[in-house]
Amino acid sequence: MNDLLRTLLALPLQASTYARAVDTLHYVVIGVTMAGATFVFLLALYFLVRHRQKVPGEITARIVTSASHEAFIAGSILALFLAFWVVGSIQYDHMMTPPDDAMPVYVSGKQWMWKFAYADGRETMDELVVPIHKPIKLVMTSRDVIHSFYVPAFRMKHDVVPGRYYTAWFEATVAGDFPIECAEYCGISHSRMLGTVRVLGDEDYRRWLDDSRLRSATAAGGGEADLAVLGRTVAAERACFNCHTFDGQPHIGPTWARLYESRVPLTDGRTIVADEAYLTRSMMDPQVEVVAGFKPVMPSYRGLLPEPEVAALVEFIRSLRNAPFAPTVDLPRVAPLSSGRPQEPRP
Amino acid sequence: MTTIDAGLVFPERTEHRATYLNAAHTVRSWALTTDHKRIGVMYLVSTTLALMLGGVFALVLRIEHLTPGPTIMDSYTYARMFTMHGVVMVWVFMIPSIPAAFGNFLLPIMLGAKDVAFPRLNLLSYYIYVVGAAWVLIALWMGGCDTGWTFYAPYSTQSPSAVVPTVFGIFILGWSTILTGLNFIVTTHTMRARGVTWMRMPLFVWAMYATSIIQVLATPVLALSLCIVGIDHWFDWGLFDPVRGGDPVLYQHLFWFYSHPAVYIMILPAMGVISEIVPTFSHKNPASYKAIVYSSIGIAFVGFGTWGHHMFVAGISLFDAAAFGVLSMLVAIFSAIKVFTWVLTMKRGSIVLKTPLVYFFAFLFLFVFGGMTGVAVATQSLDVHWHDTYFVVAHFHFVMVGGTLTAWLAALHYWFPKITGRMYSERWGLLGATIIFAGFFLTFFPQFLLGNAGMPRRYYDYDPRFQTLHVISTVGSWALGGGMAMTLTYLLVAVFAGERAPANPWGSRSYEWYVESPPPKENFASEPNFPLGPYDYDVPPEPLRV
Repeated sequence: MNDLLRTLLALPLQASTYARAVDTLHYVVIGVTMAGATFVFLLALYFLVRHRQKVPGEITARIVTSASHEAFIAGSILALFLAFWVVGSIQYDHMMTPPDDAMPVYVSGKQWMWKFAYADGRETMDELVVPIHKPIKLVMTSRDVIHSFYVPAFRMKHDVVPGRYYTAWFEATVAGDFPIECAEYCGISHSRMLGTVRVLGDEDYRRWLDDSRLRSATAAGGGEADLAVLGRTVAAERACFNCHTFDGQPHIGPTWARLYESRVPLTDGRTIVADEAYLTRSMMDPQVEVVAGFKPVMPSYRGLLPEPEVAALVEFIRSLRNAPFAPTVDLPRVAPLSSGRPQEPRP
Repeated sequence: MTTIDAGLVFPERTEHRATYLNAAHTVRSWALTTDHKRIGVMYLVSTTLALMLGGVFALVLRIEHLTPGPTIMDSYTYARMFTMHGVVMVWVFMIPSIPAAFGNFLLPIMLGAKDVAFPRLNLLSYYIYVVGAAWVLIALWMGGCDTGWTFYAPYSTQSPSAVVPTVFGIFILGWSTILTGLNFIVTTHTMRARGVTWMRMPLFVWAMYATSIIQVLATPVLALSLCIVGIDHWFDWGLFDPVRGGDPVLYQHLFWFYSHPAVYIMILPAMGVISEIVPTFSHKNPASYKAIVYSSIGIAFVGFGTWGHHMFVAGISLFDAAAFGVLSMLVAIFSAIKVFTWVLTMKRGSIVLKTPLVYFFAFLFLFVFGGMTGVAVATQSLDVHWHDTYFVVAHFHFVMVGGTLTAWLAALHYWFPKITGRMYSERWGLLGATIIFAGFFLTFFPQFLLGNAGMPRRYYDYDPRFQTLHVISTVGSWALGGGMAMTLTYLLVAVFAGERAPANPWGSRSYEWYVESPPPKENFASEPNFPLGPYDYDVPPEPLRV
């Protein structure tokens, strides 16, 4: 049944965990509403034939549909639409909320290519390589105008916006190559801003990891732990430790220990989860979402940090998610420099 | 001719009667007229020219899609052409098409008034329209704009094309829309004749009233956002540039705050036309006058709360998505109520099938079909896959062309005798309606399948596996274009050579049919006293009491 409807409607293969459910809802919505539309049209045709004019100038009875009758029709259609909405909302929430164990990949779109940076420091262009049956979290931004990351086979799409870091996710269930398309008009080569998601089986994925690691320049020795080590080096080089600690001591900025995925209060009263997107935003637009109790003194690192370094820093902060807090020592809080700004980062 | 009562109780047509058309013949008498009927006709001619221009763009775009890759133009030309197609069709044709042309002509007559409340303002709004349309043409002459009719920042602030003249033209057109809306609101409140109470107004007036509310409330927001885009593009202020603290997503909120209600500016008048045609040709009262009235008002207000459904994948919160989703479902209900009311109106009527009613059937099929696909894309999880694909293109063409353009054609045939004083050929009318319906369906149905298969919109180049569906769509566009050309031709012939029309060729009870065809300059000799309500088909007709 699914395959028949999918073929009839020209839908692509269902290659992600949520694709099947989305399609099923689509069949129901389209099926029910088309049946309704056909019914209304046939009813009108029936009235046209049944009540055609027999005598010119005839008088017709005044019939007014009762309010309760109208309310019943409107109410039942509304109930139907609300049912679509409830199921749609549940699915949407699921599709927009990455699972906790998802593997992060950094995506940046620019006219007219897709760049992918992986947690171990590797990078690929226009080709996203992922293992099968593993949730993948995409942390996405754009270097120029708005793009939209669209993989029809996964029923997945999300806009990629300059200045914002959005997360989207999928878990592939079929190995193979699937097209990536840009779905938001971005200039003359919009229709050529294409890519491929290469979903590999476990064996192939391991082979690809071994293989591409050799070609990788950034990754020190490969592996997730190593990226965290790299992140620590980056943090030292970029002078992050001038303001941030990783032992639990608040300094000019918040500590990185146990920061990842924790709930942090902001100066504007909101509370936010410090996920990859927030951490990345905080490097690029540090003045926008400042943690309560701290001064907005951090400079922006936009354009100063290449993607692999961002990935490494986030990975380092992630590796500290269970770090033991050092015994608290009451150090005097270090005041910011007289200019109100800490040392500028080196370009 | 099935004129049930024209000769009996409605005014006799005399040979040398003074009409609004023969009141004066000079160019000046048209150019400086404050007669709402002449202004309506000028709008009708201008918007029809815009339709033809936008239509030619559409046909050329379809030819480009006959093959993947380059067919007849390069990708920059393609992008500018789909943008100008959208701009011309939305702002120069569709928004003024029914309100400014038919609304101007009919609203005062339907209220028993001599003119609109502010006749000179009405003429001014026409000239503002002309200036705005001219700016769009200047933009076209300067090479056109390539951002899509949505002008999404930050692309629109960086595009090398003629963004500024295009948005400036639309900005000016907006003033015309606002002034027309204001005029109609005041006219409806203050110019109703004795006995024309709010609940005895023709339903078309209610549709115009609801449309005018949206025009007055929403258009300033569009003007504001386009102003910012223009300034940003021209002076590089970086208002939507994230590097300088701007927010590109804010632009989308501002744009859709206008542009979703604008969809109702386009469809509500069409619903008003249908609400006139169905009772007239069924010779029966609407199944529920109040349901149609309240749903028009409901659409006008709830329509303001649904814009976020254009942004389900643009990074809005789960809560926002849920709220915009449920409000979108609510607004769909109002349309569903109207559809059921029209169909139930036909029950136990005395139905005569003429071209306008054939167009109603086309409207019913296409609008309901298209509206239902709107419910599909308003369901948040479904929108993720279908957003910005050809599915959406097909959806809004079903509603805008299958709905509004079909209703516009219905209105053109229905009020043709009233406006021109001539009858069109019923045989050609039926043929034209059939070709247009078939052509339309062939053009846009395959686009639903293209969207399902994952073809994004605004793609110059496409995967060869999509070609068959594109070729079917292009062939359909030729039938649609041919049908439109044929229809406009036989109507133009009928303006000069058609049979003389009686005052009330359809046997309608609505107020505009009490005046002669074409109406005299003053509409009514003195304030009219309509003997019956506009839908009182349960009693024999009575002549106008003056």
